[in-house]
Amino acid sequence: MKVIEVKGLTKSYGDFTAVAGIDLAIEAGEIFALLGPNGAGKTTTVEILAGFRAPDSGSVSVLGFDPATKGDAGRSWRNRIGIVLQTASDAGSFKVREIVKHFSAFYANPRDVDQVIEAVGLTAKRDSLVLELSGGQRRRLDVALGIIGNPELLFLDEPTTGFDPEARRAFWSLIRDLKAGGTTILLTTHYLDEAEELADRVAVITAGKIVEVSTPALLGGRSTAKATVSWLGTSGLKSEESDNPTAVVTKLAAQFGGEIPKLVITRPSLEDIYLKMIGGQHE
Amino acid sequence: MNKVPGTLKLGLLRGQMEIIQFSRQKEAVVFTIFFPVILLAIFGSVFKDTIAPGVTFSQYFVAGMIASGLVNTGFQNIAINIPIERDMGAIKRLRGTPLPITSYFIGKAISVLVSMAVQVIILLAIGVAFFGLNMPTEPSKWLTFTWLLVLGTASSTALGVAFSSVPKNGRGASAIVSPVVIILQFFSGVFFVFTQLPGWMQQVAAIFPLKWLTQGMRSVFLPDSFAAQEVAKSWEGGRTALILLVWLIVGLFFAVKTFRWENK
Repeated sequence: MKVIEVKGLTKSYGDFTAVAGIDLAIEAGEIFALLGPNGAGKTTTVEILAGFRAPDSGSVSVLGFDPATKGDAGRSWRNRIGIVLQTASDAGSFKVREIVKHFSAFYANPRDVDQVIEAVGLTAKRDSLVLELSGGQRRRLDVALGIIGNPELLFLDEPTTGFDPEARRAFWSLIRDLKAGGTTILLTTHYLDEAEELADRVAVITAGKIVEVSTPALLGGRSTAKATVSWLGTSGLKSEESDNPTAVVTKLAAQFGGEIPKLVITRPSLEDIYLKMIGGQHE
Repeated sequence: MNKVPGTLKLGLLRGQMEIIQFSRQKEAVVFTIFFPVILLAIFGSVFKDTIAPGVTFSQYFVAGMIASGLVNTGFQNIAINIPIERDMGAIKRLRGTPLPITSYFIGKAISVLVSMAVQVIILLAIGVAFFGLNMPTEPSKWLTFTWLLVLGTASSTALGVAFSSVPKNGRGASAIVSPVVIILQFFSGVFFVFTQLPGWMQQVAAIFPLKWLTQGMRSVFLPDSFAAQEVAKSWEGGRTALILLVWLIVGLFFAVKTFRWENK
């Protein structure tokens, strides 16, 4: 079943084209990552899918609804989705449990408040004021508020920006738990390792267009790209690109009669491929 | 699938959260509640003479302070706080949930009403204790007081939400909203006896709700004999209700029409 189906989506702000014709099909139960540099159109796409903005053209179906649906039908639709947008600084004078409980009241079938607080690792902070939380804790509260309604579909817009490595690990494990519980997740990120770690499929987006949709392992022909074998030859460092690195190594082993000096075999990293795809744009 | 919770029930919950949020901002609480008291102390000490037989300036002034409390707590606070909430992403977050926008508005109105009730009780208690304030005894006056408070809260809240679309962001909001309120207070007979103001000021004030709220509150706190000294030689209760109702409808129309969940 398709949870999200998008065809020919475009959106401009004045002269700036944020989204320049995007097609997407996201299946139930998968974690789908939109990977791209800042300004590529990730947030605009998510905000259209989550019903915050109207597209200029194209068709959008999210859980079988047009996100622009208003009134009671719109409320029932929002009851089935969860949204974690980019950084907010609201709710400072509420306690963690207070605000999570309050948001749970908006939904027809909310999750258990204390279980959600536990799942995002804020049990020790449940009676603290939100303004006393660290950046990472705040972000986990954002996720708690996004999942309290027990959504079928969760939007996560750059969820781990500004996290330290440990907090990111903990966060990733939370997202995997949600997937295991059957939630479909659309994630935007500009971190390659995050897409590689979490996503079933990745769409690389740059300048408002999707360059490729693939699994992280197959992205950019990564699995079939030539391997590079390098070693220390008699006249310095040598290297050879090959589809059959084992054959090259066997040949070299015979030449050297055993151990090959400084042998290294590499394949292009996801980062190499990604940078090539987005045309050398950097963060 | 169960139905999402009702709009009114969520509105009451929003009201509860708004009150919790307000009550934790200690400076704002102290300022909101004691500023009218401080003004009463200043004006009560400066103007010691009576305006009419049995009507002290303090008595006249309390009516104005309660009326302008409605404008401060409703219109001013809301028109300043909504742009700040937008800056912080609070409204955008709510917009992404099944919470109806009407419930959000109801929550604002409830917090205004509760805050007003607290302000009024403290102002009246201190007025009676220290400034010789006479409390009305007729039930009909308290009935008038109640509908003025409810209708004033509703229209002030709606107009505050409507006006919250004018400031571009939270930082500039206060500078845009506060002068409007202060000028309105001077024009509407809050700080001075209304009939002593220049005619053109009276006419400008008569367009806006504060003049009518103030006059309405005078009909509660001043003896009926004073009605003869009003501009129309009467309290004009019916006209006051009508004008507040019109402003409520205008406010609701623009509140719904222009409401934004994020700043431009």
